[in-house]
Amino acid sequence: MSPRRSLEWLPAIVVFVSAIAIWDLAIRAFNIQQFLLPTPGAIISSFWTERHTLWPAGWYTFKEALGGFVVGSLLGMATATVIGRFKVIGVAILPLAIAANAVPIIAFAPIFDVWFNPLSPHSKMAIAGVLCFLPVMVNTLRGLQSASPRQIELMRSYASSDLEIWRRVRVPTALPFVFTALKVASVLAMIGAIVGEYFGGSFNALGVLINSDANIFNFERAWAGILVASLLGLALYAAVVATERVVVNWAPEYRDS
Amino acid sequence: MSTHEPVVRVEGVSKIFPRGNVVALQDIDLTLAPQEFVSLIGPSGCGKSTLLRVIGDLIDPTAGTVTINGKPARQARSDHDYGIVFQDAVLFEWRTVSKNIALPLELLGWDRARRKARVEEMLELVELQQFGDHHPWQLSGGMQQRVAIARAFAFEPALLLMDEPFGALDEMTRERLNLELLAIWQHLASTVVFVTHSISEAVFLSTRVVVMSPRPGRIAGLVEIDLPSPRTAETREEPRFFELVTQVRELLRLRGEHLLPEEEQLLREAAE
Repeated sequence: MSPRRSLEWLPAIVVFVSAIAIWDLAIRAFNIQQFLLPTPGAIISSFWTERHTLWPAGWYTFKEALGGFVVGSLLGMATATVIGRFKVIGVAILPLAIAANAVPIIAFAPIFDVWFNPLSPHSKMAIAGVLCFLPVMVNTLRGLQSASPRQIELMRSYASSDLEIWRRVRVPTALPFVFTALKVASVLAMIGAIVGEYFGGSFNALGVLINSDANIFNFERAWAGILVASLLGLALYAAVVATERVVVNWAPEYRDS
Repeated sequence: MSTHEPVVRVEGVSKIFPRGNVVALQDIDLTLAPQEFVSLIGPSGCGKSTLLRVIGDLIDPTAGTVTINGKPARQARSDHDYGIVFQDAVLFEWRTVSKNIALPLELLGWDRARRKARVEEMLELVELQQFGDHHPWQLSGGMQQRVAIARAFAFEPALLLMDEPFGALDEMTRERLNLELLAIWQHLASTVVFVTHSISEAVFLSTRVVVMSPRPGRIAGLVEIDLPSPRTAETREEPRFFELVTQVRELLRLRGEHLLPEEEQLLREAAE
């Protein structure tokens, strides 16, 4: 990282460190009960001492989120490709898909637990997958339909087939739209897996752990669990951004680098 | 190909857009000999861009036929007989400059080594050697248009169709690119159909100017441009240049009745 790039991060780091400091000071100054909000130090300490419980649980939940993310996103892209290819199907499905996007899908979590075994990771993958499916599908479709008419006319002047136009114009045009959706989906996948686990699941899952710790007043470990969930969510998001930087390095937001 | 066989033969072409029943072109006849540089000029809605697209088989004519190199226009398009340049450069932003120029070569199935050699050659021709690895947005408008020209000429088509290629550029860039285009045209010995709004540009570049008039789009007159070749910056200062500009202008004034703004709008929409 160049010195200039690290300087760009400086304000964010200052704000973050200040926020932690204010958090710590506020607890001491107002004598806040630890079950309401533990100190950052207590959370970090629990994060370390409980690592043999927390990390395997986090990894278990992360795999659910990742599975849902991959399956849901791939299905979303595949559906958009079919809809984009056959207008008739699109006319029938798209309004429904957009309406479905407004439905709080997380409300279906208990139903998925009944459909799939609540103790198996598949029920959480299903929730994460459904959450990822719609934004990826709608954005991919929008991307495929955003191809420039002039670029298509140029391809037609070369007597290119529809498949050739799809491959060389529609797909590259859609990629930035797809990555925007994948970034949203990566966050949704983690939310889906954890909230799914709040309704029940295997004992070595992070959501179950956070939920039960909160119920038995083990707040430090509950907060440490939230920290693990946040770090894993960030990691998935960062992986998508890193891929995006490589695949669509020509997208407007990366044009300076 | 014998020198007598025309590169483009347009016979009795009419185009009626069903929406608003607009007659964009009426009974157009036009023949281009090899290595001619013909400009189509006229007010908005005279059908000059439509005629260009009919020649390129991008729009089907309502009546009449277009023959390119002795073949029907459709066949000519499949055979990659022409290159095209639009008002916007229409570059693919995900491709580098070199890869944009290589696009038609890839579609023609040229191997990597042959593509690379040709791209180098074209970059040199449009004086963009150092910019092969740049992306389009890193170039100025004039440079982007040079890339588009390099791409259109890359596979050495017999015919080049240009739809107001310099219309969006400033006057100085436009005049420089006019000279560059003439140099490339002479170097590659191709035939050019050039749509423009600018009378001086049409006269400066062309061997022949086709003046078109609107409603219905038809040919109002032809002006042979007998300026000496090669043309230079000084050509624009010669008395003969002004005479020819005046001649074209008078044809436009004589035949190009003015449209009401809403009629122009209707025609433009129909053309899209």
